[in-house]
Amino acid sequence: MTKVSKNIILKLDNLNKYFGGVPAVKDISFSINQRELVGLIGPNGAGKTTIFNLITGVYFPDSGHINFQGEDITSLKTYEVIRKNIARTFQNIRLFPRSTALENVMVAMQQHHACSFGEAITHFGRWGKKEREIKLKSMDILDKMGLAKRADQPARTLPYGIQRRLEIARALALDPEFLLLDEPAAGMNPEEVNELNHLIVDIHKELKITILVIEHHMDLVMEICPHIICMNFGTKIAEGNPDEIQRHPEVLKAYLGVEVDE
Amino acid sequence: MSGYTDGIIILLCINSIAAMGVSLLTGFTGIFSLGHAGYMAVGAYTAAILTFQYEVNFILAILLGGAMAAILGYVIGVPTLKLVGDYYAIVSIGLGEAIRLLLENGGTITRGARGYPGIPPYTTLTIALCFFVIMAFLMFNLINSRFGRAFKACRDDYIAASLLGYNTSKYRILSLVLSAFYCGISGALLGGFLSFIQPIMFDMIKSTELTAVVVFGGLGSMTGTLIGALIITLITELFRPISQYRMLIYGAILVIIMIIRPEGVMGQHEFGPKLLKVLKRKFLRGNFSKEGGES
Repeated sequence: MTKVSKNIILKLDNLNKYFGGVPAVKDISFSINQRELVGLIGPNGAGKTTIFNLITGVYFPDSGHINFQGEDITSLKTYEVIRKNIARTFQNIRLFPRSTALENVMVAMQQHHACSFGEAITHFGRWGKKEREIKLKSMDILDKMGLAKRADQPARTLPYGIQRRLEIARALALDPEFLLLDEPAAGMNPEEVNELNHLIVDIHKELKITILVIEHHMDLVMEICPHIICMNFGTKIAEGNPDEIQRHPEVLKAYLGVEVDE
Repeated sequence: MSGYTDGIIILLCINSIAAMGVSLLTGFTGIFSLGHAGYMAVGAYTAAILTFQYEVNFILAILLGGAMAAILGYVIGVPTLKLVGDYYAIVSIGLGEAIRLLLENGGTITRGARGYPGIPPYTTLTIALCFFVIMAFLMFNLINSRFGRAFKACRDDYIAASLLGYNTSKYRILSLVLSAFYCGISGALLGGFLSFIQPIMFDMIKSTELTAVVVFGGLGSMTGTLIGALIITLITELFRPISQYRMLIYGAILVIIMIIRPEGVMGQHEFGPKLLKVLKRKFLRGNFSKEGGES
């Protein structure tokens, strides 16, 4: 393993993003170490998804820097960021609805198993080998995620929880070093959340990757993330381990309101 | 075989090649075009001028006709397809008309609105069939490769596609270039078939017809496109004796398809063993009529 566990993989420096006059993200700085499992929490509209969008180049920050593995990725376009081995999922699922589950994963998988244009149009050369590789490895991922039975089903006909799983599978097919999960448990029942819990922990352990997860379910974050960042109104209000976060006055204020007796 | 049947088959090949080009762009990449007759015109005139004026070998001339159209597609595609949305559709209307007007006013080079006569009749049945088979082979291979999946990904959700590391504008441009190439080849073959081309042959009506064929066959189905090209070409040919009602029948068929199968004859299915399996399953479940061919 070349990965050193104490190295910083992602570093945000005084990141600012305004929508009109409204600050969505204000002076955010934090860093994430390699192989960490980090939770990003905060009330609705705190700017969590905006941070994801800034990291993945969907938006560009008004000021500040984003550094990934020692490289400045602030102004890179989305597809360039992804090619640095970052992958993400969405709060509202964005699968290719008419393609089957397998095809959804294959679209991601083929990024690492490309054949040339000439081979693609003639089906000569490496085309057959690459195509088999893509299919096999995609099936492998589906299998690991418990989706093998669903491989030939169009994505939009899958149950909601399965679609979430499939989206994570698709992100993993990119073979990322750093995985961003945007509210993976949104709309799930407690049982499904529990399953997801295990899944995320398993992925983190087995693939030895860094994961940053946005979550509303406090119990999920508290249970699986040793490192938590809490945001409110676009700023970072607390950072630390679950115990520290749970006792932090600012966090309590954000979630429970201001205490009456001052 | 009589000359007339030969003619229809040649026309079928020519129309199918153009329709495959439009299908790649509209059906598989999700970019609507209302000016693809412009690329046909560029291909037709390039090949016509090369063979008539400079006596270039006709195969080379046809390929150069396709190449010219592809280059034009690239030049138009770079500024319009970097943007997401219907910019290209709007630009394509202007493009198609601009090309037609340029040809009409092209002086001695294009010989203006009266047309370009005397093109050597190089498009024989064999040539047309050969071109059709090769172009169809390459097209089906393309859509069954990583490129096909990438095009579809850009069509279905360009943000998700870019978050899988795809440079979506690059794929959109590639799709347009290939599509223009197919239309250019088709135009060049048409010139060689008729021995005479005229700017008015490549007007807006021709462009809409190309898109109509693709929608008719099913957006996202290459075999559907071929079926569409077959049906539309045959309708216009078979009803030639009652030519005044031809457009009426043509319109009626499009309306009927829109009502009973809005997703086109084939939907997104390709004709093949996979489709037969799906149909069989549906028949066995007995709800074929309820769900149509959708799955």
